[in-house]
Amino acid sequence: MTELSEHAEQASSPAAGSRSVDVEEAITQAHCQEWARVVATVTRRFGDLDAAEDAAAEAFAAAVERWPHDGVPPNPGAWLTTTATRKAVDRLRRESRRDEKHREASLLFDDAAPEPLGAIEDDRLRLIFTCCHPALSVEARVALTLRMVGGLTVPEIARAFLVQDATVGQRITRAKAKIKAARIPFRVPTTQDLPARLDAVLAVLFLIFNEGYLATGAGTEPIRHDLTAEAIRLTRLLHELLPDGRDGSGEVTGLLALMLLTEARRPARISATGELVTLSEQDRGAWDRDLIEEGHRLVRERIAAVAAGGPPPGRYQLLAAINAVHTYARDARDTDWSQIVALYDQLVRIDPLPVVALNRAVAVAEVDGPDVALALVDRLPLAGYHAFHATRAELLRRLGRSEQAREAYGRAIELAGNTAESAYLTRRRSQLSPPRTE
Amino acid sequence: MPTYLLSVYGPAERNEFSGYPTKEDLLRSLEDTKAFNDKLAAEGYFVFADGLEPATTATVVDGQGDQPVITDGPYLEAKEYLGGFWIIKAPDLDVALRLAAEASKACRGKVEVRSFHTEESFAALLGS
Repeated sequence: MTELSEHAEQASSPAAGSRSVDVEEAITQAHCQEWARVVATVTRRFGDLDAAEDAAAEAFAAAVERWPHDGVPPNPGAWLTTTATRKAVDRLRRESRRDEKHREASLLFDDAAPEPLGAIEDDRLRLIFTCCHPALSVEARVALTLRMVGGLTVPEIARAFLVQDATVGQRITRAKAKIKAARIPFRVPTTQDLPARLDAVLAVLFLIFNEGYLATGAGTEPIRHDLTAEAIRLTRLLHELLPDGRDGSGEVTGLLALMLLTEARRPARISATGELVTLSEQDRGAWDRDLIEEGHRLVRERIAAVAAGGPPPGRYQLLAAINAVHTYARDARDTDWSQIVALYDQLVRIDPLPVVALNRAVAVAEVDGPDVALALVDRLPLAGYHAFHATRAELLRRLGRSEQAREAYGRAIELAGNTAESAYLTRRRSQLSPPRTE
Repeated sequence: MPTYLLSVYGPAERNEFSGYPTKEDLLRSLEDTKAFNDKLAAEGYFVFADGLEPATTATVVDGQGDQPVITDGPYLEAKEYLGGFWIIKAPDLDVALRLAAEASKACRGKVEVRSFHTEESFAALLGS
């Protein structure tokens, strides 16, 4: 690996001339589009994720070295897969000198016939399910998915989650060792297991997106566009691989729509002074209309499917629908809050969680008033959650209870992990009527 | 086919019903476990299964010196000890986990799933 990364670094140093720029772009594009396919194909053929990762890295290093001289091959994906497969075979041959059993194995692999194209498509789906297997820790699933499917390097993942390179490296190494030792299969789960397993995959993708959308840690960018973009890219891939009609695939569409509608508001979400801008105060003209259009189309598609007798919407479809109600409104005042409350009612039935009830209460405040909402919020066991205090603070402010609001803002600021959010809360607190001194 | 160890842990001190709240619970669990074992055997997964006497009855032997040193009690001090286990043959972890879920239901306890070395992984161990 070390040898390879040095290779890659040397070769990727910018060369003069537009042709080399084109080649560089072709390699970047191939990396973006083909990495998962190369890893997945080699994993299926050799049954070894570790070998596949190395072979894929070697293949891309070879591309960096050879494409500037030989030109970009007509089918970069096929070139990379073939090269990676050859590298994996070479490696097995080298290792097989030590062991007769391995020699037999490598001969066997050499004879393996290439699979038809349809099956190759499925390999990436298998890869996603393997990386998000519930027997792996959540941190390991996230790191493994970003590395194996997303093609991010270990330092890139470490930067994204503000941890040491070594920590990420160890998570990935351990996860690969467990996959191998415990025999986590490289397979799309059975129909019976699919909904639950797909849920686990979507949770990983949503977690990556959320970490990008509301990044934690002082001194970090409040929104990590690289992470939200990567989460959307991976969800698009899953959406493409698991078309509508398969069990639970509606939720993939729902998650993609949810991400697009959330990402669409990103340009308006942080003010010039680095402060969080709430939905009601955002400049809706700054929202990305293309993303909104695409998100709305997906939501409509799901509504039609449910109306046509499909399975009831899951949590991501409901969250997407809630977001669509917001993005349909050209002005915050046009928001159909009773529709949002109705959608939250459905969501609470699926996810009877205090956090969901908290968000529902925010919508209730708009329909039934802040006093009704506050009564709902006060019942929730969320004293350790910044949004609980921020919501209480806003409701108390609207009820004119400034002193209690001030206290609630204080708790929210203490608990908020996101820099833009604390800035917003601090300003809101400073705008409360001053404390009485008499 | 890979071999897996499914182990069940239980309290160090067992009551008169072997850790179950009532005798009826114990009997029902034994019945369910036997039915599960029969199913494992019928489907070709079964290698071995049994429950252990309490950990307090264990003895540790260290035979590495000239004379074996014998100590009363289990190897590790813990609140919970291995109470019983299955050894099964299953094609992969997904199948092992599915069977472990059934085992857990039958014996009314959490089940730890761990794979044994295979010929291949053992060869890799010797080769590295």
